[in-house]
Parts: sequence; structure tokens; C-alpha cells
Amino acid sequence: MNDISTHTLSVIVDNKSGVLGRVVGMFTSRGYNIDSLTVAEVDEDRSLSRITLMVTVTSMVVDQIKAQLERIVPVRKVLDLNDIGDFVNRELILVKVKAKGERRVESLRVADIFRARVIDSSGQSFIFELTGSAEKLDAFINLMKPLGLVEVSRTGAVAILRGAKALYN
Amino acid sequence: MNSNGAEIVLKTLVNLNVEVIFGYPGGAVLPLYDAIFKQNRIRHILVRHEQAAVHMAEGYARSTGKVGVVLVTSGPGATNTVTGLTDAFMDSIPVLCITGQVPTHLIGTDAFQEADTVGITSSCTKHNYLVKDITELEETLLEAFYVSKSGRPGPVVVDLPKDVQNDHANYNSLKIKRPASYRPLKRPNIGKIKELTEVILNSKKPIIYSGGGVINSGIKASLALRKLVDFLNVPVTTTIMGLGSIQASNPNFLGMLGMHGTYEANMAMYDCDLMICIGARFDDRVTGKIDSFSPKSKKIHIDIDPSSINKNVKVDFPLIGDAGVIMSLLLMDLKSSKIKINKEHLRRWWRRIEQWRKKDSLSFVDSSNTIKPQRVLKELNSAIKDKDAYITTEVGQHQMWAAQFIEFDKPNHWMTSGGLGTMGYGFPAAIGVQVAHPKKTVICIAGEASFLMNIQELSTLKQLNIPVKVFILNNQYLGMVRQWQQIFHGARYAESYSASLPDFCKLASSFGIKGIQIKNPKDIKKSIQEMLEYDGPVVVDVCVEKLENVYPMIPAGGAHNEMKFSDEDSNIAGTKEGMALV
Repeated sequence: MNDISTHTLSVIVDNKSGVLGRVVGMFTSRGYNIDSLTVAEVDEDRSLSRITLMVTVTSMVVDQIKAQLERIVPVRKVLDLNDIGDFVNRELILVKVKAKGERRVESLRVADIFRARVIDSSGQSFIFELTGSAEKLDAFINLMKPLGLVEVSRTGAVAILRGAKALYN
Repeated sequence: MNSNGAEIVLKTLVNLNVEVIFGYPGGAVLPLYDAIFKQNRIRHILVRHEQAAVHMAEGYARSTGKVGVVLVTSGPGATNTVTGLTDAFMDSIPVLCITGQVPTHLIGTDAFQEADTVGITSSCTKHNYLVKDITELEETLLEAFYVSKSGRPGPVVVDLPKDVQNDHANYNSLKIKRPASYRPLKRPNIGKIKELTEVILNSKKPIIYSGGGVINSGIKASLALRKLVDFLNVPVTTTIMGLGSIQASNPNFLGMLGMHGTYEANMAMYDCDLMICIGARFDDRVTGKIDSFSPKSKKIHIDIDPSSINKNVKVDFPLIGDAGVIMSLLLMDLKSSKIKINKEHLRRWWRRIEQWRKKDSLSFVDSSNTIKPQRVLKELNSAIKDKDAYITTEVGQHQMWAAQFIEFDKPNHWMTSGGLGTMGYGFPAAIGVQVAHPKKTVICIAGEASFLMNIQELSTLKQLNIPVKVFILNNQYLGMVRQWQQIFHGARYAESYSASLPDFCKLASSFGIKGIQIKNPKDIKKSIQEMLEYDGPVVVDVCVEKLENVYPMIPAGGAHNEMKFSDEDSNIAGTKEGMALV
């Protein structure tokens, strides 16, 4: 059992009430852990939603997860992006920093290096918005901590294959 | 044509050729019962508890291959079905369960008899639906029915708020439209069939391990299995769910495998070089200790459900599709192949198996003083030999003995709770079977404790006045619990004595049902005849040896080659890890 690795799954589902619950319920009832999860409608005409899930498991377990997800009736397609090819994935964070004087200036400089945007500011605080890989966001958070970071809101990853190939159609 | 929702339900069920509904009325399904009252196409069977309604539908479904239909009210009506639905889910039985729900405007308000039926049943159904709009009702029912019976079958719930039952809409006589997201694969990848042919014909010690998937695939699949076994002359074993897929009388049949399977079946599984698993799922009761499961074999796994592949055991040649279709294609390919299976190797393999068979692992010590449960089932088996009888069981020791000693030559004649192990399953299931086959002999082999779990259905049985025979092996213990306490817990029989038992004959007669008690081994034959000849329902109370244990047995955590054959066998308690297993 040394082939544990992180897999990014794209799950295309009918956008009906309760579908997310069924997907998450499968993980609960079979004892698998979800690292991160995002969901939103991606095709309004056909009423399709895309769930991006990250799991850290063995290859046998990820095959089982895929098969169990495919058993759920409103699930149309389950793809392990790691199997298919190169893909990009991104997360988004909003970081609130409360600081005065030198630390306030320093937080702006760090944000600049990371190309984070300031989306709110007050006399004693900034809110930064940043997208990127998980590693980049972790690094940003670590740098901001000593500068007065007070709150983080973070999405799970969204991911898409590189190149012209589309996953669903 | 304009109808109310309840009438649309009935019309849709007629359109789906549903003949019978097992149900229980209540506030949230009154419009549906009114619609039932006003028609005469569909028969309604009034149960006495909603759990039993699902088991009846399961018995009906398993003995006919059709979908069993259940109708219950909201709240407690729906929650009472959960055990039955879970049972059907585990054993892949097609059941459509329609539940009433509080009107849509009250959903979420903790209204009287409200329960979150879709939420509660989502992990014990193949799929479920809440119909909030009458214009979606007919289509949803058709889809639910299709989902229930297609692919790997299973229970499906349609939750129907009372206002939707009262709303009006047109009934359109629609055809089933398959949902876009649901496409079970029936026909396999043909290239893979060729691969299997080669693997099979090059094997030296093959064995077929067949399961409930072969039964579910329909009578053609069982026929294809028989042809396959005859053509290859290979040994075949079945799971408890697969009994009847091959004739018990087939000389190549090694009996059931697993925890209480035969020595020859388990040893052949352990020693084979090729395992051909068809429609079975490597359940822990079958595999025993996973690390030592059939260590020397390549494994073929034929299954309609991709999630069954590599779930418990890693296999070498998975093939997704319908068992019957695959076996027919495989047989054609095998017949046309230039390579032939090596007869000399096969002969040696059979010689080995014959050695194991000599062990006669189902033998038991008979007695002239007490009734041995094995003996009474052997007698029952010979008495029903030519009767084309249907057998259901409850759960426990009697279930294992029935699986060991009753011989099935046809599929769909054996109904038992294999996956969930539901005490209380067998009696209502037998009623469901008898409703489907009014002229046939239907026997529920029961334990006294299991029978008590759905005993209220005696009232249903009397109302229907159909000739179900309940055959209780009464040992005054929760026998299987007691057996495990004896083996694993120092014979401390905590709460496993069936205290304060009723007189089952008097109890039956209080419902107006005939009761027979068998106390003396001498009376077994005569009393079984009396039961079979009686034209009506009978409860038979067989007072069997109290402390008899089921053997052979692979102790929990043990491997196929570590079977025990009697109480005297050494080290029967097995391992510490085994103690933690169920």
C-alpha cells in the first residue's frame, strides 16, 4: 500500500437537488476522506454541474471511488484527471490582514510579489484575493501570518485539462 | 385524459404490468388507497408491518424475476421499510417502494408523520425520488421502475407528497425513457471474451464460483452456466445467493462455499489455478481471511457492476456485463477455439477434488432421542424432491443447514437474506412467493427467534388463506449467536436463550391456522407429509436438539484451508483478529 497519491476527480452530474448529498454520502458511508471539494453549475442549458474532488488514496481505492460514484444515478461521468493527462488546478483565497505601520506596508509588498489583489481596505486592514496552486496559497498564508493575518476563506481546487480536449460534451 | 396523481400512479403501474402491491395505508396515502379501491387491475396485499411488505415484495421479485412493488404511508410507514430496503439493496433485489409524504408546503416543518424519506433511504436504495410536481409523476415512476430492474437490480423509492396525489394532470401512457446519466453496460467487450477463452483453456485447475448475479440475470444465465460447466467439465461452487444457478444434482457441483460451505468447495477454491467468478462479489463470508484467499490462482471476475471489481479482492481479468450474455458469448468462443482444455490436468484436478469429497464434510451424528436439525432438513428435502418447491429462510443456524441440505435444481426457488442477514425476512418473503405462485409448495424454514420478528404476518397469511408452510427448527436459542458464544466467548450464553417462547401451535390456531408439533424423531416423516398434504397454511414447530452447531466452519479470520468439522476440533476459536470480525 505504498502507491498512495493525490487524485483530482472531475465529476459531471445532473444539477438536481440532493445530488451533492449523494456524492458526499458515498464517501461517508464507505469511509473515504475528501481532501477538498468544489461544486457549481457549468452548463445551464443541459443543467450540468461539475464537482471537483481531491482524494489522497491508493490506486485500488481511487478505482473503487470512481466506480462507486458512477453507480449514483444522476452522476454522468467521473474522470480522474491524473489518469488522462496534464491539467491545471487552481484555488482561490481571501485573506484578511489587520496591521498598522511597517507591517501594513510589508503586507502590501508581499501581496505585490504574489500578484494578489486588494479587494477591500480600511484604516487598519486589507482583504487580499489570490488564486493559484495550493502550494502558492500556502506560501502566501505563511508569509502573511506574522504580518497580521486574522482570517482566511479558501475554496477547494477547480481543475481542467490542458490542451484542446474537452471532458464532457 | 385528466386524472389525479393517485390515479396516474395506478395507471402507470398497470402500464408496467404490475399485478400486485404489498402495502399498508395511512394518512399520507389515502388518495392512493382511494384509487386502489376504484380499480380492479392491481391486487393489493394488506400487510401487518411495513418491513414485511418489503420482504414480501422481495420474495415475489426473487421467485419471478419481476419487480416487487410496495406502498406505505409517510413517516413511520416509510422508516419501517428501511430494513427491507437495505436487505433488497444488499442482495440486489428489484423493489419499487412508493412512500406517501406530507404535502409539499409542509415539507421541512416537522409536520405530523413527516420524515426525510429521501434522506433516510438514500444510502439503502439504488436511487430515490421526491416528486414535487405532478407533471413529472408518470415519467419519474417509469424511470424508477427501469432503474430498479436494470443493470444490477435494487430497491428504488418514490416519495409522493399528498398534494401531488390529489393534483390533476393528463395521463400520457409514456414509454420508459432511460435517464441520460444511467447506462448500465449489458454487452461486454468482445476482445476480452477471446482473452478469457485463452486463459480458461490453458488452466489446469479451474473452478467456477457463481453467485446471485447469475440468478438475477434470468433463467437463461443459469442455463448458460450449466452448458459452460458441462462443456468444460469443470467444478462449480456457488455462494448462498447462487444456489440453484447450477443443479444440486449436477455431478460437477461441489456445494456452497464459504464459512459454512463444503470442504471440497473451499479446498478447491484455495487450491485452484484459475477462479472464474460469475455474478458474485467476494463477500467476507465467502473469502474468509483475505490474505490467504485462493493464493495460487488467476482470477476472472464477470459482473454487471463495475464497483464490484477489485472491491475486496484484486482480480486479473475483470469483465463488465450481463452474466448470461457473457457466458453465452464465452461458450461460443470456447467451442470454436482450436486449443482444447488439457484433459489430463483436469482429470488430476478432479481426482484431488474426489479426495476432498470423501471427507463428507456435511456428515453429522444422528440421534434416536432428539431431533437433529440436519436430519429433519434431509427428510424435508426428500419429501419435496418432486414438488418444485420454493424455499425461504430466516437467518441463523437453520439458514445454514437449509443451504447445506436442501437441494435446488432450478434458479429462483431459494430466497434467503444473504447480504444483510435479516431475521424476520423469511416468513413474509414466503407469503410474497406464494402470492406469485399460488399453486406451488412454499416453505419458510425458520428459527423460533427469527419467526417471532415478523410473527404479526400470521394475520396476513390467514387473511389471504394461502398454503404457506412455516417450518420452525425450534432449539430455544438464538442458535448462531449461541454457537459463537460457545466457540469464541467461553460458552457464556449472554441473552441468547429464547426465553418465554409461545406455544407456536396454539399461537397459530389463535389466528385460525393449523399447527403441528414434532417432538419425536419417529414422527418426522409422518408430520412432514401431514404438513405438505394439508391444503392451507401450516405452522410446524420442530423441537430440535438445542445445542447442535453448524459444521463445517471456517472460524472468523480463518482461511479456506483451515476448516473445522466438529466441536472437538482443535483450536476452533481461531485468532485474535478473527474475534473482532462479525
